[in-house]
Amino acid sequence: MKRRGAQILWEALTREGVDTVFGYPGGAILPAYDAMLDYDIHHVLVRHEQGAAHMADGYARASGKVGVAIATSGPGATNLVTGIATAMLDSSPIVCITGQVPEAMIGKDAFQEVDVTGITQPITKHNYLVTRAEDIDRTVREAFYIARSGRPGPVLIDITKNAQQAEIDYQPDEAPIRLPGYRTDLAAVAEEYEHAIELIDRAERPVILAGQGVIHSVAGAEVLEFVEKSEMPVAMTLLGLGGFPASHPLNLGMMGMHGESWVNQAIQEADLLLSFGMRFDDRVTGKLAAYAPRARKIHIDIDPAEISKNVAVDVGLVGDLKQVLRQLIAAMAGRKRPGWLDYIDGLKGHAAVRDIQRLPDTGHLWAAHVIHDLWRLTGRDTIVVTDVGQHQMWEAQYYKHDAPRTLITSGGLGTMGFALPAAIGARFARPEAEIWVIAGDGGFQMTAAELSTCAQEGIKLNIAIINNGYLGMVRQWQEFFYQRRYAATPILSPDYLKLAQAHGLDGMVVSSRAEVPRAVEMARSSAATMVVDFRVEQEDSVYPMVPAGAELHEMIRRPEESALPSPVRQSKDRPDTPVRAPTSAIAETGRDEL
Amino acid sequence: MQPEKQNREQQHRHNGNGQSGHNGKRNGARAALRRELHTFVAHVEDRPGVLNRVTSLFRRRAYNIDSLTVGRTEIAGISRMTIVMEADAATARLVEANLYKLVNVLRVEDVTHEPTLLRDLSLIKVKANAEIRPKVMQIAEVFRARVVDVTTESLVLEITGTEDKIQGLIDVLQPFGIVEMVRTGIIAMTRGADGIPIDPGFVHARVPTNGDS
Ligand SMILES: Cc1ncc(C[n+]2csc(CCOP(=O)(O)OP(=O)(O)O)c2C)c(N)n1
Ligand SMILES: [Mg+2]
Repeated sequence: MKRRGAQILWEALTREGVDTVFGYPGGAILPAYDAMLDYDIHHVLVRHEQGAAHMADGYARASGKVGVAIATSGPGATNLVTGIATAMLDSSPIVCITGQVPEAMIGKDAFQEVDVTGITQPITKHNYLVTRAEDIDRTVREAFYIARSGRPGPVLIDITKNAQQAEIDYQPDEAPIRLPGYRTDLAAVAEEYEHAIELIDRAERPVILAGQGVIHSVAGAEVLEFVEKSEMPVAMTLLGLGGFPASHPLNLGMMGMHGESWVNQAIQEADLLLSFGMRFDDRVTGKLAAYAPRARKIHIDIDPAEISKNVAVDVGLVGDLKQVLRQLIAAMAGRKRPGWLDYIDGLKGHAAVRDIQRLPDTGHLWAAHVIHDLWRLTGRDTIVVTDVGQHQMWEAQYYKHDAPRTLITSGGLGTMGFALPAAIGARFARPEAEIWVIAGDGGFQMTAAELSTCAQEGIKLNIAIINNGYLGMVRQWQEFFYQRRYAATPILSPDYLKLAQAHGLDGMVVSSRAEVPRAVEMARSSAATMVVDFRVEQEDSVYPMVPAGAELHEMIRRPEESALPSPVRQSKDRPDTPVRAPTSAIAETGRDEL
Repeated sequence: MQPEKQNREQQHRHNGNGQSGHNGKRNGARAALRRELHTFVAHVEDRPGVLNRVTSLFRRRAYNIDSLTVGRTEIAGISRMTIVMEADAATARLVEANLYKLVNVLRVEDVTHEPTLLRDLSLIKVKANAEIRPKVMQIAEVFRARVVDVTTESLVLEITGTEDKIQGLIDVLQPFGIVEMVRTGIIAMTRGADGIPIDPGFVHARVPTNGDS
């Protein structure tokens, strides 16, 4: 049959099961957009291409399926870059399709020509430049296969305009995918398993470090079985949250820079660390030279290039976590470790991290209260999509995720502006789920234009803006490490109520704790997207905190006499508010390495 | 001099007179960090952009490539790269793993500790008038280099061999005046009957661990 390249593109996408794409049209991708009308595809028109990539990403993280973003050449493609890098650092499977100038014009600095495959090469798992209609079908199939298999990641396909326009004789490509250089079956050998079993059975003070690999590998059941058979406590990475239930008695909580103090302490005192699909990011290790000095280390990962990249390990087990755990469970002896668990319980006793939850209601609205109440009032399957900053860390600390894929957050790249578009993407992947956006006043303003996308699509989200009048996380670093010199961190917000209304959406302002539950209920029961502006304490900080480059157990704790300054008035002129005197003396560590 | 018989170890420890920066690097204080020259042989798909993907991997980590060569193989559509880089054992394993991750890379082998033939080819243009010419030609003979171009004022020598054999020739030619020189970089092939399998059934993910030296 005769088909134009543009038609082949949609036929190939449809065969991959795609029914929704997020994008923005333009000259070089126009043939593809024109052909789209003849296929059963829902196109979500974004307000900025960064949003398209984040939506594809949110779609992927909420469902485990590949998300698709589409953009034109030049500025359309470069606008995708932040979203692609976000997906790369968090191993999220997306496919981005960009238009490119006609092949004959490549290299001539043609209108809206940029070298997109060159620009995105280091931030994609793989990318393609397609100049012939004949190659579109096979390329799409390969792209989807690469994006979702092994360690997932973003793949970009740049298609020249002439390839979209050319008409060819076309038969759907049904041959098996042949990618001889792409192997996802690299594996460990028997001796490595034996070595691991020996360490596991011998360990007195083991800690499991569970990362996003648990979720990608759908290994929740195996982790549970492993944990219960070995009675090993589990520490979670940010991206791992939800992969192992927070409510399980052996789940210690989050590790790392803003992790629970007892978790970091347990890691530092462990004699064995078992990494389940996590990559020893600097945010979880602190100072590498002093990281878990007495622990032997076993690292399970599907990506061989992760083993001993940051932390030199004793055994690397390369493979799909689910399969690797099955082998380990079958071979290990299983035992009880009451002494070690009691010891960790003892550590919890001294920890101050939860203080904020027990603080009396004195008129302050603490972000932690908002998130704690949100958690209490929403169900286990609620999806929370966060932005980046203090609110993100409070979410991780106070919202207890019990199910995989219920927390969607930009971890590796820490991309502000991620939350709203990612939540829109999640909405299309999970039409029935309750979805909450938790964003800071800074990050929300970065991609707030996507509210208009919500309105145009008529979709329902619940949006909680944790409005502290600051780029809070940066302000916190300035408070701790730069003598409270708040350079460029006070930020003005628009009237979010009016902003919501301007988009035909609902809005609310909340400034006391007593109002939180009602606001949450109102948002949930409203049929339209609801923006709730939570006017929280302005100069609160995330505790505990391991300063960048410090040893993992050197944590800054919430000041003892529980800093409760007089309530700050809530008004729109916040950015001009003079800087308050220190609420307490915080150890001047002087460390700010990153 | 029989450079052909030298194995990898010898070449890396006894190499040249240590006068050039190039040689100094090998014998210097970094030996304490147990860094050595690693030779990787990579089979890659012969497609546009593949070389860029490979070099990018070194560039972004600020690793310096000592030598890189690419050429066709006995199989159509497959090229072979020889990459030489100074690294400790763990870094070398990571480089190998990252090369492997590239979709267009079929096979990577670190042949550093295998018995391996290493060859470099060089063209050297030397100032040589009628008076000097016999001396240069005599030297060429000793090194088994070939004279491939002659003018009244110059000679071009072609030499194939290990890096240090070539360096040896360069050193003795220096006093005559080297007009220009070009080297191909190292190509490598393991000794023995076996080739490097491009599409093996099982690949053990060789990862660096504390057990490594
Ligand atoms: C795109 C981008 N720019 C800058 C940063 C650096 N940064 C990290 S957190 C943060 C402050 C975020 O402020 P806000 O969104 O108000 O959240 P808060 O910390 O106050 O909860 C900034 C500027 C970033 N992560 N991403
Ligand atoms: Mg803020």
